[in-house]
Amino acid sequence: MAAEAISRALRDGALEGEHAPALTIKDSIHAPLGAFVFDHILAQLSSNISSSKSQAQGIVLVAFARSPQFYAELLKSKANDAASLKKWLRIVDCYTDPLGWKSQLAESGIVSNRSTQNATTASLCKNARDLDMLFSSIVELGKEVIRETKGRFAVAIDSVSEILRHASISSAASLLSNLRSHDQVACLFWLFHSDLHEMKASSALEYISSMVACVEPISNTTNGKGMNSENLPLIEQNLGRGKFSVRFKRRNGRIRLMSEELHTEQMGINFVPAFEDYVTSQSLVPKVQFSLQLSEKERNDRAKVVLPFEHQGDGKPIQIYDGRRSVSESKTENKETNAEKMHVNEDSGRGEIIYIRDSDDEMPDSDEDPDDDLDI
Amino acid sequence: MMSSNSANNLLDEALGFNDECGGGGGGLLLLIEDRVETSGAFILHHLIKRRLSSPNRPNDVVVFLSFAHPFSHYDRILRKMGCNLGVQKENKRFVYYDMLNLNYPVTDGEKGAEDLLLSVYGKIQKTVELCSSREGYKNSTIMIDDISLMEVALCGSSNLVLDFLHYCYSLATQFDCLVIILNHEDVYSTVDVPSPLLQMEYLANIVIKAEPLATGLATDVHGQLTVLNKGICQGSGCSKSKIRNFHFRVKENCVEYFYPGSRT
Repeated sequence: MAAEAISRALRDGALEGEHAPALTIKDSIHAPLGAFVFDHILAQLSSNISSSKSQAQGIVLVAFARSPQFYAELLKSKANDAASLKKWLRIVDCYTDPLGWKSQLAESGIVSNRSTQNATTASLCKNARDLDMLFSSIVELGKEVIRETKGRFAVAIDSVSEILRHASISSAASLLSNLRSHDQVACLFWLFHSDLHEMKASSALEYISSMVACVEPISNTTNGKGMNSENLPLIEQNLGRGKFSVRFKRRNGRIRLMSEELHTEQMGINFVPAFEDYVTSQSLVPKVQFSLQLSEKERNDRAKVVLPFEHQGDGKPIQIYDGRRSVSESKTENKETNAEKMHVNEDSGRGEIIYIRDSDDEMPDSDEDPDDDLDI
Repeated sequence: MMSSNSANNLLDEALGFNDECGGGGGGLLLLIEDRVETSGAFILHHLIKRRLSSPNRPNDVVVFLSFAHPFSHYDRILRKMGCNLGVQKENKRFVYYDMLNLNYPVTDGEKGAEDLLLSVYGKIQKTVELCSSREGYKNSTIMIDDISLMEVALCGSSNLVLDFLHYCYSLATQFDCLVIILNHEDVYSTVDVPSPLLQMEYLANIVIKAEPLATGLATDVHGQLTVLNKGICQGSGCSKSKIRNFHFRVKENCVEYFYPGSRT
């Protein structure tokens, strides 16, 4: 499943000699569920960090859109206690006073210098426009959570859209790129709202990422009809469910796509395999005089067909060649074939075709690349 | 057919405001979007009255930033609705900031605009802090009428407006306030750059859109309201988002809300 694949990639972290894996989570106002995905990924990574299963030994969270208290509560509700959080969590607080207004007012005595209850290890950022300083803060806090010199930490930024309000796309891209190439960063992920920015900004962020997770509406309601009682159920549905598509960029440049659905629940979100809307797919088939799809009966009959060379009738189960035979396997096979050869010699004159199918049944015009699983 | 005076008003139900406390809880931002054909000002007036008229909340304060109209305008309208803003102002329950007469528009560019905003924010924070220290304090309300004129006052900087809203929002979460803003949907171009209104829609917990009917003008129905209530999201869990749509008719002293087709 896509979400699990993302969590695994972030957990495994950076390979030697490679930049850290970077995830972009993007959504839009018609499917504003990106924040839920961010929280889910954060919770998963935190769980791996606290149980020492991940390369990252800690996480530095840059909070723009929600308060440090919100994240502390979120992680505590996922079975983390405050003491444990202090060991591996650091927060750069760009939420409370991002432009230093409260500090200025407190200094001039206009307001009281009342700091919000800080049960978290949050470091206050008073100038969100200075990305160099932000980078230094992140790295400094990251060093506090790693246990050994060659240790690494993860970085999460809850809103790159907020960064882009205060800084240019080139500075933002530079910040993310520098974090990604830092030798103490295990992985990083961020959220942005694609409809708040120009195409070039979105593209720039996606180029820096090794994974792009996109949340899209389940139902298309932008039909120009405006708000009416017919649209309402669909719009409401889009607030609770979404299509979750992930694009993984492999080292060799190949792209892998995965897709599923996400549903919001009271305690977070749930990912389910995409539901193939049979009716929708039917309506997408061009209307011609010959049949392009298989009927149910035809599908069943096709499944029952035994392929040539597989109906030896010898009772052996059908094998599928997986492409990677280990040395020991081939040795065993050699022994077997030698035995078979002897058997054959004994049987004198009986020929035999040993056929192993190389893949499972594939529908015609399938887009699956048979070489996709190779890691050359 | 329900009037704005009845306890189970459709608008209040959609907002999730409990009638006995006169208003919602704190840490919320409510965005009202209207158009030239359907002004959303009546929603603002209704909410002023709700927040000031609750008997269970004698110490709650409404901080009102006006860029659109003078005090007398609101006073006249609220009087017809049975609420005396003059008295509330004297009792320091209605704190009115006349932004129309406050060095506006700013002449020395964005730096001057930011300084102005800083001083306005300082006044609001001070008022809210003072109010929150009083006994029996429940909620404060910060209202802005309206955002597009605020942007004009700040030399067209929508970014500064968004910064200000962000600070108001964080103040709201700290002191349990409700922030209510009115903005016009049709003044922003979406051709060149993404609309700043979209930023506000992301930020808001509740969005109320006042739009004309799809079928056009009508004498008995002045428009439709769509209320999107995203629910409360705290670290430990989220409530479900809800969306409601109903029609309205603005009368002399009140507003009627009703579901389509329910009027005879």
